Amino acid sequence: MAKHFGRGMAAISYPTGMNLGGDPTGALVYATSSGEFKVTLSSVDLGQGLRTVARQIAAETLGVPLETVNIQTGDTDTGPHCHGSFASRGTHRMGNAVIAAAKEARDVMLSIAADMLEVDAEDLETDGEGRIHVAGAPDKSVSVTDVCLNGHFGIGKTISGRGMYLKEFNTPDPETGAMDPDDGHAHACCVAEIEVDDETGIVDVKKFYSTYEVGRAINPALVDQQIIGGAWMGMSYALFETTSPYNPTPDHAPADFTEYLMPHAAEVPEMENIVIERPNPTGPYGVKGVGEMVSNAQSPAIANAIYDAIGVRITSLPITPEKILDALDAKA
Amino acid sequence: MYRKKHVEFPENTPQSFHAVGEPVTRVGIEGNVTGGLKLTEDYAFNGLTHLTMVRSPHHHAKIVSMDLSGAEATPGFIRALTAKDVPNNIITPMQLIGIGPKDERIIAQDVVRYKGEGLAAIIAETPEAAAEAASKVKVEYEELPAVFDVEEALKDDAPIITLHGKNYFPYEDHHCRRIRFGDVEQGFAEADVIVEQRYDTGPVEHVPMEVTGTICEPTADGRFNVYTNTQGLFFILALSSYVCDIPPHKLRFLGGVTGGGFGGKVDGVTEYLAILGAHLTGRPVKYFYSRQEEMQISSTRAGWRFYIKDGVKNDGRIVARKLVGYANCGAYNRLVNYGVTKGAAHVPGPYTIPNVYADMHCVYTNRQPASAMRGFGVTMMDFAIESQMDIIAEKIGVDPWRLRLINAYKDGDMKAHRKEAEGTALIEVIQETAAAIGYDLPEDLKALKSYA
Repeated sequence: MAKHFGRGMAAISYPTGMNLGGDPTGALVYATSSGEFKVTLSSVDLGQGLRTVARQIAAETLGVPLETVNIQTGDTDTGPHCHGSFASRGTHRMGNAVIAAAKEARDVMLSIAADMLEVDAEDLETDGEGRIHVAGAPDKSVSVTDVCLNGHFGIGKTISGRGMYLKEFNTPDPETGAMDPDDGHAHACCVAEIEVDDETGIVDVKKFYSTYEVGRAINPALVDQQIIGGAWMGMSYALFETTSPYNPTPDHAPADFTEYLMPHAAEVPEMENIVIERPNPTGPYGVKGVGEMVSNAQSPAIANAIYDAIGVRITSLPITPEKILDALDAKA
Repeated sequence: MYRKKHVEFPENTPQSFHAVGEPVTRVGIEGNVTGGLKLTEDYAFNGLTHLTMVRSPHHHAKIVSMDLSGAEATPGFIRALTAKDVPNNIITPMQLIGIGPKDERIIAQDVVRYKGEGLAAIIAETPEAAAEAASKVKVEYEELPAVFDVEEALKDDAPIITLHGKNYFPYEDHHCRRIRFGDVEQGFAEADVIVEQRYDTGPVEHVPMEVTGTICEPTADGRFNVYTNTQGLFFILALSSYVCDIPPHKLRFLGGVTGGGFGGKVDGVTEYLAILGAHLTGRPVKYFYSRQEEMQISSTRAGWRFYIKDGVKNDGRIVARKLVGYANCGAYNRLVNYGVTKGAAHVPGPYTIPNVYADMHCVYTNRQPASAMRGFGVTMMDFAIESQMDIIAEKIGVDPWRLRLINAYKDGDMKAHRKEAEGTALIEVIQETAAAIGYDLPEDLKALKSYA
């Protein structure tokens, strides 16, 4: 009986979005009388932080402080259409729509400010801290709040904008498969370090090293959280989970968490994650999309590490201890 | 632990941001960690009723008769919904964009096609009364032969299990999604080594912390407030309007913040019956999966099978790939046909292969339906493709890092689905990961770039 160390790698790419026959998302942006901005969507925040990146993108484009932007989503009576949160499309589609809407609202805001300061709107800049000033003359300025107050109570003008992003319809060629299904690719390379117990067949994942190229990390902490959660899901797919222990026969399907196995906290390995950026010309501030790809590299990296450790190649998922012991017996 | 690292790319021009690129705290995180986040089930309604399904114990069977009298006599029983109560009882989610054929019953009619398929919805005053009433529904079945394996299901003598008469999803005039790029046989002829391998992946659950579910509340002005945790509010609103034959302006979907989805909340299952139930009873109706239903009834990631044949030169260049893939979509195709197309665009993986041939099948079986899941159509292919890379590397005696780097796609390369590659960075992520583990790549590999 012994424990065997192994190291395996995998490199992957992942497409941003799928053109589900025309794939639109809309956004509306407007200012209140007190100088805050509302962004109205119907995109779904699944826990990935969609509202957070919407807020960052809106604040960036408007040129106003982050905390003065609030995101409203989840009501089809008020929010404009969104196709949905899937296919790593959320930040890309929603972000582009928010930029378009925020630009329109910003233009109105600057035109009101220009009238108040008696200058051309083209000469104005925002400082991101709540003030609008003449380029090169920071003292000649007005606050965003005063501009919004004036818009409402002084001149009766709505500070608002509309945005829509559409990935156009594209049908694959039935003969050759020629198609345009994506808005860019993100990339990753992952190394898994593991130990295999040749007596129990249990694989202990010790460490993941990963590099992700994500276009632009709008929020690097959220990107890292996706990578960590995704790595957990990927190692679970590789080693633990199945709804069909005798796949494809559906018998003995697990019914709860005592039968459906997943890694627990103690089984989560150490992770070292590097994020690099190659901005995507179609994406908001260069975004590609990191939501899905984070679970893909672990299963081959672990399978390759198992081969490195004990010289057996498992070609079906999940790689259960039973499969490892059977393969070791067959090899012996 | 993460770190951002600057790597040189043509698009990396200096820019200054004040909000983008900052690790600001996630909106709503306090609610997630304290349990204070308000999710669909946290809304309270006067007179809430509860919906439970009567489910098939058989994988494939004719419904000979169904007797609801025992359920109707149960205290707390309000009403049952059966197939005849569903105005449009056959759909496929992507009918919205003109993709068919429609194949799924919202409530089983005449035949059940997987173990757990719903035959009747019981609406009662309490969850317990609904469960008790459901247990008293008597159904007589005539079992039919079932098929679970993708290749078995495509054999001539396999039982036909779909309403449209084929055990595969038709892609235009073909039984599969095809990729035809270059001349794969010529590529094999030019290769020094042929590497062939079969791969299988199992179905898994999405396991959202918050199970899938809907509460529909009829309003005083004749509309319906649909509180639901779907990942696509307007997508399911449109489908619900069709299934229930209720105009879209009468439906108001409310959600937008959910406890996880991972693709499992895209199909729309609980919405239709909650809305119909509210419509037919005039009461708010709650239809939430139990954790057991989430695992055994709700869509899974599809199980896949791949046969890969690669032609490789002795120096490691892959010159031809033939891949035959089968996705097991279960009894109904929800979105798996689309995952198959997405997989077809991923047959060479992140590598440039000049000759590629693929037949990708979406196959019906008498299994719990599969659908979208994180990494749809790609996750399982990466397992196969990246395992294959290490098998090739060993067979021809080339370092696995070198094998990947010399085959890596670059800007301007033509992909097998005839889209030119741009914004590529595979080489750089491999180089950075090698550096992170202290693996000193040879100079010729360090010098590679994705762009010219």
